[in-house]
Amino acid sequence: MRPFVYERAGTADDALALHDGDARYLGGGTNLVDLMRLGVELPGRLVDVAHLPLDRIETGGDGGLVIGATVRNSDLAADPSVRASHPVLAEAVLAGASGQIRNLATVGGNLLQRTRCPYFQNAGKPCNKRAPGSGCPAYEGEHHNLAILGHSTACVATHPSDMAVALAALDARVRVRRRSGGERPVPLGDFYRLPGDDPSRDTTLEPGDLVTAVEVPPVGMPSRYRKVRERASFAFALVSVAAALDVADGEVRDCRIALGGVAHMPWRARRAEEVLRGLPANEESYIRAAEAELELAEPLRDNAYKVPLATNLIARTLSELGSGERAGGDGRAPGPSDGGLS
Amino acid sequence: MDSANNSDGDVPPGGGRPPGGAPPGGPPVRAVITLVVNGTEHRIGVDTRASLLDVLREDLGLTGSKKGCDHGQCGACTILLDGRRANGCLALAVAHDGARITTVEGLADGDRLSPLQEAFIEYDAFQCGYCTPGQLCSATAVLDEAAAGWPSAVTPDITAATPMLDAAEIRERMSGNLCRCGAYVNIVAALRDTAERAERQSAADAARATSAASDARSEAIGHAQGVGRR
Repeated sequence: MRPFVYERAGTADDALALHDGDARYLGGGTNLVDLMRLGVELPGRLVDVAHLPLDRIETGGDGGLVIGATVRNSDLAADPSVRASHPVLAEAVLAGASGQIRNLATVGGNLLQRTRCPYFQNAGKPCNKRAPGSGCPAYEGEHHNLAILGHSTACVATHPSDMAVALAALDARVRVRRRSGGERPVPLGDFYRLPGDDPSRDTTLEPGDLVTAVEVPPVGMPSRYRKVRERASFAFALVSVAAALDVADGEVRDCRIALGGVAHMPWRARRAEEVLRGLPANEESYIRAAEAELELAEPLRDNAYKVPLATNLIARTLSELGSGERAGGDGRAPGPSDGGLS
Repeated sequence: MDSANNSDGDVPPGGGRPPGGAPPGGPPVRAVITLVVNGTEHRIGVDTRASLLDVLREDLGLTGSKKGCDHGQCGACTILLDGRRANGCLALAVAHDGARITTVEGLADGDRLSPLQEAFIEYDAFQCGYCTPGQLCSATAVLDEAAAGWPSAVTPDITAATPMLDAAEIRERMSGNLCRCGAYVNIVAALRDTAERAERQSAADAARATSAASDARSEAIGHAQGVGRR
């Protein structure tokens, strides 16, 4: 690991002032320290922002949340008001990593963990994200759990956060303090970016920009998170779904759907949402909506299985929400027809 | 007890160096930190790159915490950091200046093992023992987290106040600790038994408290009625 200078920031202003071009902000370190150890990240300075006074979860009068950037993942998932008002968010955080990692990891750090794949993590391999222009061995190589949507020949890595998938479905906005001055909220869909021909950047942030909080509007309908992985726990998603569904008089009045494990960023399934609004609230509609979204997929040689997997997972999750199987967080156990999806 | 080779003097975290990062391939950057480990305060000079795991093992000689993967995936390095379980390998020591840490060496009260340690022996919850310190620290925290009402990914109702620590809950909550000998079945049994004993104990305590309160009430009523106790 390259030697680095360590600075602990006491305020957001301190943090911005301490950040030079060679620095990285340090939260819990669960991704950054690992990448430094692997020789993927090589900062000359760490500015520790984990102690900034941004560790509160505020509940607004409208039922929305403002989650400080240094709130630990475990505290977010355990917060009784979050569990009651935004179950999809609590479930997504609980679906990620391990108890040990959730205790260290911060909300800001979770958002800013790197979009990655095994080649990115191996400093001895070419990778356009780590070493721009060196190529993408994953495109023709080991990619069975990588992207099917929004990828490019330059990069097929996926963003592994579960929390960010729920935030994408919830229309969350990320508060960013700009190094150039001012603070403004950025919709999650504009915070992340697709790889295109420059996968070196995962987000639209400029160097030194600091995430201070996440604003989450009220949900107003039952919501939930489901994740499919290669083992029962402590693994990244092959595919995950964050969904919310509002049914009135047997029709879908409103819905929100986002996918994880399928793209360079949390994938908001807007096409599925458009198709679904106004349709009868039944399985046929859910499948139709899911298929409309997955028509956009361009699977690689070894990950075409993700297309039916994502389609089925969207439909199953919406069916559960539509039938009230566990609307609003009650009764989590999957039914007998679950098909091993949990 | 300071580390023997502390030649850094009173350098604050970050080294108090001029602006600009450390040069690539340059010399190590050092800092002095304070850690309270198993109740004992240590003032230690560390390389900024050192993990808490490295400092515990190499500088403080506490080799109970183990280095397995060094990437946060196996859990052998699990410690209690300010009361919460964490991977010592992913935590930079310099970022935890002032922290209170409990390692496996600090779980027992002198020679008296914790109930969980007793249960690991009773249920034969290990084979080679390499992962055991991390399993014990993690399991200790699992009991605390469940008592605090924290849900898990398999909790049937995440809005419930207190989750039941059944086998499915234990398996999910312990998924950050790997055991290559495959002692999982007995680890789950040991944790489950400890959780059940703690529940029975707190129920008994509650019943005793209720009964004591009721005795006190009867006595007070007896006095008020002029009927002395025999």
